[in-house]
Amino acid sequence: MQEAKIAIRDLACRRGDRVLFRGLSLALNAGEALQVAGSNGIGKSSLLRIVAGLAPAFAGTVEREGTIGLVDERSALDTSQALGDALAFWARTDGTSQSAAQATRDRLGLTDLLDVPVRYLSTGQKKRAALARLIGQAAPLWLLDEPLNGLDVHAIELTEAIVAEHCAGGGIALVASHQPFRIEGLQRLTLADFAP
Amino acid sequence: MTGRVFALLKRDLARLLLGGRGGGALMPVLFFLSVAMLYPFAVGPDAPLLARTGGGVIWVAALLAAILPLDRLVEPDIEQGQFDQWALRGISEELVIAVRVLAHWLSFGPPLMLATLPAAALLGLEAGTLGIVELGLLAGTPGLAALGVTVAALTAGLRGGTALAGLLVIPMAVPILIFGAGSLAIGGESGLALTAAASLVLLAIAPFAGGAAVRAARG
Repeated sequence: MQEAKIAIRDLACRRGDRVLFRGLSLALNAGEALQVAGSNGIGKSSLLRIVAGLAPAFAGTVEREGTIGLVDERSALDTSQALGDALAFWARTDGTSQSAAQATRDRLGLTDLLDVPVRYLSTGQKKRAALARLIGQAAPLWLLDEPLNGLDVHAIELTEAIVAEHCAGGGIALVASHQPFRIEGLQRLTLADFAP
Repeated sequence: MTGRVFALLKRDLARLLLGGRGGGALMPVLFFLSVAMLYPFAVGPDAPLLARTGGGVIWVAALLAAILPLDRLVEPDIEQGQFDQWALRGISEELVIAVRVLAHWLSFGPPLMLATLPAAALLGLEAGTLGIVELGLLAGTPGLAALGVTVAALTAGLRGGTALAGLLVIPMAVPILIFGAGSLAIGGESGLALTAAASLVLLAIAPFAGGAAVRAARG
């Protein structure tokens, strides 16, 4: 795996006229996982989008080493396509091997759903499919926005296990969630502490 | 990188040419043929008049048919998060838009040129006129595709974006229409050359304007 590092210095985020948080600094090195907690609308998703480089920071800097994998509320799978075709597109884009993609689909229980059009999938099934896309990408930095939303008990445990394995392999996970996320060595950051 | 571009083109063609619920390439072609079929009913069975004006009708029908798939071109990929995922992988918006223009053209340009054959028969066009119309469409439809994708990117996410996109495309497509249909009247190569030139300008602008629009929509 590539080098993995995230360093955030004095970060501030503004949505419209409102500053959501300011003065946020943190550093994550290979193998570390951090949960960003906080109530709805406090800026968890905005923080992840800034770290991903998809949104501009109002102030402060973000340094990254390694490519970024993002799972948010949008699955980035074509609703009109069958799940198998939609996942195969990302596998081709990311250069995932057939056998690895197959193993991931089996593990996440997606094999029986491959013929189903994405628009017929439930929230939890889409979330699992997005996780399969993320694993196939083989990016060292994982940004997970509410990864447990809509998942059943079994899938929650599976997701936690997959994230723990990713960190054990030298990856970094930044998890934004208001739900408890149980993996060993998980650091916690309460975003409300940085409210202006 | 080449593998990624081919994967992207294959996916775009699966969506635009074969189409999911939108009907793919079939809807613009059927629309185009219905206009060619309705025109003789409206103006009457005056063969010389049909033969003289038919080429222009084909051009107007082709322009309007190109507007039909606009809502499927860019907006779903912004809404579903594909553009964000491409950006994270270092695949630029410009590249995606350029591939999208190619896929959009393949899904309506050649099908319309094929549909022009039965349309020409319905309107009683002569072989020479048909040849100029086909060459004109070959020169003009890439420009219409580039224009369609650009405007679709500019209006993505706006309320009533599809209707607005249609209204924006029509005035900007006027140069292609004038040169393309105009080449019928003068029967010459200069009209075709000007159509192709207008197309090339639009093709050159589309990836950059469309890419910037997608980034702006991200906000």
